[in-house]
Amino acid sequence: MPSDPSTGPDTGPRANPKTGPGSQSGTGNTIDPSEVAKFEAMAAEWWDPSGKFKPLHMLNPCRLDYITRQIAAEYGRDLSVPRPFEGLRILDIGCGGGLLSEPMARLGAEVVGADAAERNIPVAQVHAAQSGLDIDYRHTTAEAMAEAGETFDAVLNMEVIEHVSDPAAYLRACHALLRPGGVMVCSTLNRNPKSFLFAIVGAEQVMRWLPRGTHEWSKFITPDELYDLLRQAGFEPVDRKGFVFNFALWDWSLSDRDLSVNYVTTSLRPGG
Amino acid sequence: MTDVSPTARPQGDVLIVGSGLNGLSLALALAEGGLSVQVIDAAPRPADDPDSHAAFDGRAYALALGSQRMLRALGLWEKLDAVTQPILGITASDGRPGEGPSPLSLHFDHAEIEEGPMGYMVEDRHLRPALLAAVAAHPRIRHEWNARVVAQQRDAAGVGVTLQDGRAFTARLLVGCDGRRSGTAERAGIGRTGWPYRQTALVSAISHEAPHEGVAHQFFMPGGPLAILPLRGNRVSIVWSERTEEAQRIAGLDDAGYLEALRPRFGDFLGEIALDGARFAYPLELSLANSMTGQRLALVGDAAHAVHPIAGQGLNQGLRDSAALAQVLIEALRRGEDFGREDVLDRYLRWRRFDATTLALATDAFTRLFSNDNPLLRGLRDLGLGAVNALPGLRRGFIREAAGLTGDVPLLLQGRRI
Repeated sequence: MPSDPSTGPDTGPRANPKTGPGSQSGTGNTIDPSEVAKFEAMAAEWWDPSGKFKPLHMLNPCRLDYITRQIAAEYGRDLSVPRPFEGLRILDIGCGGGLLSEPMARLGAEVVGADAAERNIPVAQVHAAQSGLDIDYRHTTAEAMAEAGETFDAVLNMEVIEHVSDPAAYLRACHALLRPGGVMVCSTLNRNPKSFLFAIVGAEQVMRWLPRGTHEWSKFITPDELYDLLRQAGFEPVDRKGFVFNFALWDWSLSDRDLSVNYVTTSLRPGG
Repeated sequence: MTDVSPTARPQGDVLIVGSGLNGLSLALALAEGGLSVQVIDAAPRPADDPDSHAAFDGRAYALALGSQRMLRALGLWEKLDAVTQPILGITASDGRPGEGPSPLSLHFDHAEIEEGPMGYMVEDRHLRPALLAAVAAHPRIRHEWNARVVAQQRDAAGVGVTLQDGRAFTARLLVGCDGRRSGTAERAGIGRTGWPYRQTALVSAISHEAPHEGVAHQFFMPGGPLAILPLRGNRVSIVWSERTEEAQRIAGLDDAGYLEALRPRFGDFLGEIALDGARFAYPLELSLANSMTGQRLALVGDAAHAVHPIAGQGLNQGLRDSAALAQVLIEALRRGEDFGREDVLDRYLRWRRFDATTLALATDAFTRLFSNDNPLLRGLRDLGLGAVNALPGLRRGFIREAAGLTGDVPLLLQGRRI
């Protein structure tokens, strides 16, 4: 059910390679001083664990557990030492307010956070400064960065693909962004009656966790379809797990078997 | 580009106020997990002479099995093993001075649970120096004495405290381990709920003739319970609760008079008895902080929930807090989260609040039920004790609960490193 609510119609489109800005027009750190207070307020909203983005904050520890372990396993890093991702270059596609970019930077990685929604960039920049972190946030798309020839050791592709109009082309761009031997973590929503009930009826209409219209159920992708798309784009899928919400504990956990609503995959770019 | 709080790049990760047993244990657990820790204490540095701790002052703790496992995981048990007394059995009985225990009493034996001894008695003169030495030797911990906090600021990014002598510290998270009168909680505007018991605990060590066989005894007397806890050798630690007026009278007696008052309650099952070390008196009260967390703040041990020492659970509950908080923070650190944030601290709160409050209130009810000479209640008590004794499953449950082996047990209490 949680997927980045900033992609909903009330907050503007994001990560759509067809409608997003076509050039790599990184906004750098040139924030208009008169706008800072507004961006700070928006950053505070993004990062309020019980505010508008509460579903994402609740899911975040579970997502981070998965992401950190997959990257650590791929690069032989020990998560119990300080800054275990030192020396790794990581791209966070659809970075929003920086909920994944900041943890990656804290773990020592060199992080580029990309978002097709321009308004998210200064918000993420303001918060990174408040957190004392150095992160390269850019208003751009995966396609534009791939065209510019950038490469990364790891790509985070979390809750984006269900919002793009051409998933196959989008995954080809992600593939180009990954250096041979690199790892991509990709999560999305399954397409079945249960995900319709949970993500559309439950999360949007009953619980109002997400703005109405955040998701188009028909764009959801089954795990097998995603594996096919990944392989067609040149990836080697190596793992998949479900994110399962436990209503008794009111918390998320990873599941080997239940991929019925939210799920996550790891794939490698062969070679390297 | 924007105003950044001075706490955005703090000096250290965690600032612990209070270097009692809980504060020191938490500091070690956090530092072992990779966090940098500053411990400050308002008290002056204890004398550096290592022998100054060696004299027995009468203070001792009943470590639940989980607590012992935590000390083992923190690398302290090797030093302590040779000087602690395993608790091999526990009896609980209802009695009146001079009458001896009621026939309907409870006896628990460690053979009933597979984990071995039910706990260990450790003396303050051994536990505290072991913790202080480990803290002093740890490269990620700094420990300052004479550090009286006069100002405390918290914001979205971190915390800062200023000391009376002008020194200042900043960190991502502030932890109050400063006891039931926690200044850290008070400065944060966290109120407390509680009430005094009109009971005072008299604490001392007693040497005796006959061996205690490692058995702990709890006698429920009308004035309050008397706990007799085995120490190494022919010695026991007693926690003797009386109505405050009576306790004050007894505390005012000389040693001979004190023993004279104790004998009819203690009985003669350990032969002749004598005082060993100093005598202490602690007025009993329940004191719960209205919240265990706040912005960039967590409370641990008595600062969060001070309970009546009737079940010997004060230190054990504090260590359980420390183990849970350390696990929550270290897991957050390893996934790259800002570990001092509200949503991370909420995990600690959810883990500990229910457990800590339940224990405090159960202990409260227990005290009211047992510190009473009403014949009807006495009958009910005897019946209850007898019933528990007769049911092996229930008995095992009691033992495991008291040993800290139930519930969602933090890794350190399982003897595992985080």
